[in-house]
Amino acid sequence: MTSEEIRATLLKCLSDVAPEIADEEIEDEMDLRDELDLDSMDILRWVQGIHKALEVEIPEEDYGKIATLGEAVDYVAARV
Amino acid sequence: MTEFLMPSLGADMTAGTLAKWRVATGDTVQHGDIIAEVETDKGIIEVEVFESGVVQRLLVSEGERVPVGTALAEIGTRGLGIGPSGTGSEPEAGVILSHGASDVPLGGPMASPAVRRKAHELDVSLGRVRGSGEQGRITLDDVRSAALPAAASSERVRISPYARRIAAERGVDVSVLRGTGPGGAIQASDVLSAKAAPPSKPASSAERMQNAIAAAMTRANDEIPHYYVEHTIDMGNALAWLKEVNATLGVSERLVSGVLVLRAVARALQKHKKLNATWQAGKVVPSDEVHVGMAVSLRGGGLVAPALRNTNQGSLSDLMARMTDLVSRARAGALRSSEMTSATTTVTSLGERGVEAVTPIIFPPQIAIVGCGATLERPWVVGGQVVARPVMRVTLGGDHRVSNGHEGARFLSALDRLLQEPEEL
Repeated sequence: MTSEEIRATLLKCLSDVAPEIADEEIEDEMDLRDELDLDSMDILRWVQGIHKALEVEIPEEDYGKIATLGEAVDYVAARV
Repeated sequence: MTEFLMPSLGADMTAGTLAKWRVATGDTVQHGDIIAEVETDKGIIEVEVFESGVVQRLLVSEGERVPVGTALAEIGTRGLGIGPSGTGSEPEAGVILSHGASDVPLGGPMASPAVRRKAHELDVSLGRVRGSGEQGRITLDDVRSAALPAAASSERVRISPYARRIAAERGVDVSVLRGTGPGGAIQASDVLSAKAAPPSKPASSAERMQNAIAAAMTRANDEIPHYYVEHTIDMGNALAWLKEVNATLGVSERLVSGVLVLRAVARALQKHKKLNATWQAGKVVPSDEVHVGMAVSLRGGGLVAPALRNTNQGSLSDLMARMTDLVSRARAGALRSSEMTSATTTVTSLGERGVEAVTPIIFPPQIAIVGCGATLERPWVVGGQVVARPVMRVTLGGDHRVSNGHEGARFLSALDRLLQEPEEL
């Protein structure tokens, strides 16, 4: 699976959680909480969506490693 | 027969637009069924019916904006073997089923066809008329009297469907019109002679919502004598327990700390019943059930505070699933009327944004609100030693008409104790 494919999947999962945020608004280095206004429940639902789509389980203690979309793509790419 | 009314879905809601009917004449409905969608300043709300029966008539068309309290439909219980209170008893009076263009009487009060015609003409529900004739027979005079505007029924606007349609087309606010028809009913001529609302740029939905919030908060500040008490809670036990539990759960079952706080607030409300009430028509209305409101910010701007019903019941996993569903629906604009009206106390948390303390304003007709700040590592004395602990500042806003600071302080102490034993939640 390429990074672009992972990115597209993560964006789709993010869109399921926060459909009011357009994909074009999301840049790889944006902080998901501070800049996109996601809260802990959104992050959990995103993590659940990623698990369902790619079977990658992200433990709670690793949430800090997926603070941006770019970080999350790298995190998942190393495990998928 | 009962009337299904335009509900009040917020402190300052005066009117709503019937956006969509989910039922048709003749459909059977059960208590709790969603039968309509109403557009308010806070979005589309799914409206439930609290009677079981058969939809006799739809009185308001889709797209019509009507004042709160306007009858939207008539629900008859005849033939279902249940009375208005669901006890299964006597035949319901005054049931008229619509079959095409003609109304066919199916029993109920004794009234001649002429009386029924007059009742229909004057928009009088025979089920609500006490007959003065022989053996309780309803007379023409009874119907005419019932049609006269009375103080008790003055809130409902009497208007013909045709006049209502014209008013909608011309932008005329029927709630301020004086009707010249029978019983003060608004007729088409009244609408035509009224000034249409001046054309103006319509407010966006975000602007309407902000205006509604501002109106509700202004009213709250004007009417509610607030008091505030604050307490700092050591969240160490709760967070450690949560971490331990989440480590054993699958991704789909994980909990967030907010669910512990909501459950603890619900349990504290059970102990301090004075705070589990609403203030309506100048008096306290205690609630037997515990429905904690939950402030949900909308990313496009705006705020809604639906109730997480029966917050004190079910497992934490169940509560988590219900909370997730509620937040998703709140953001998607798919809340239900019962969720908009049943909370007694709301929890608002800005902790995730780093705010240390929140001093919130009560949502009328609720009588308390709990504000949660961020959970932050702070120096804390444990067993005589200063240690770093995750602590959260919690503020209770209470209504002095119902409780005092003493009660509020006891509530916060109870909340603290409950959060020290998360395994019991």
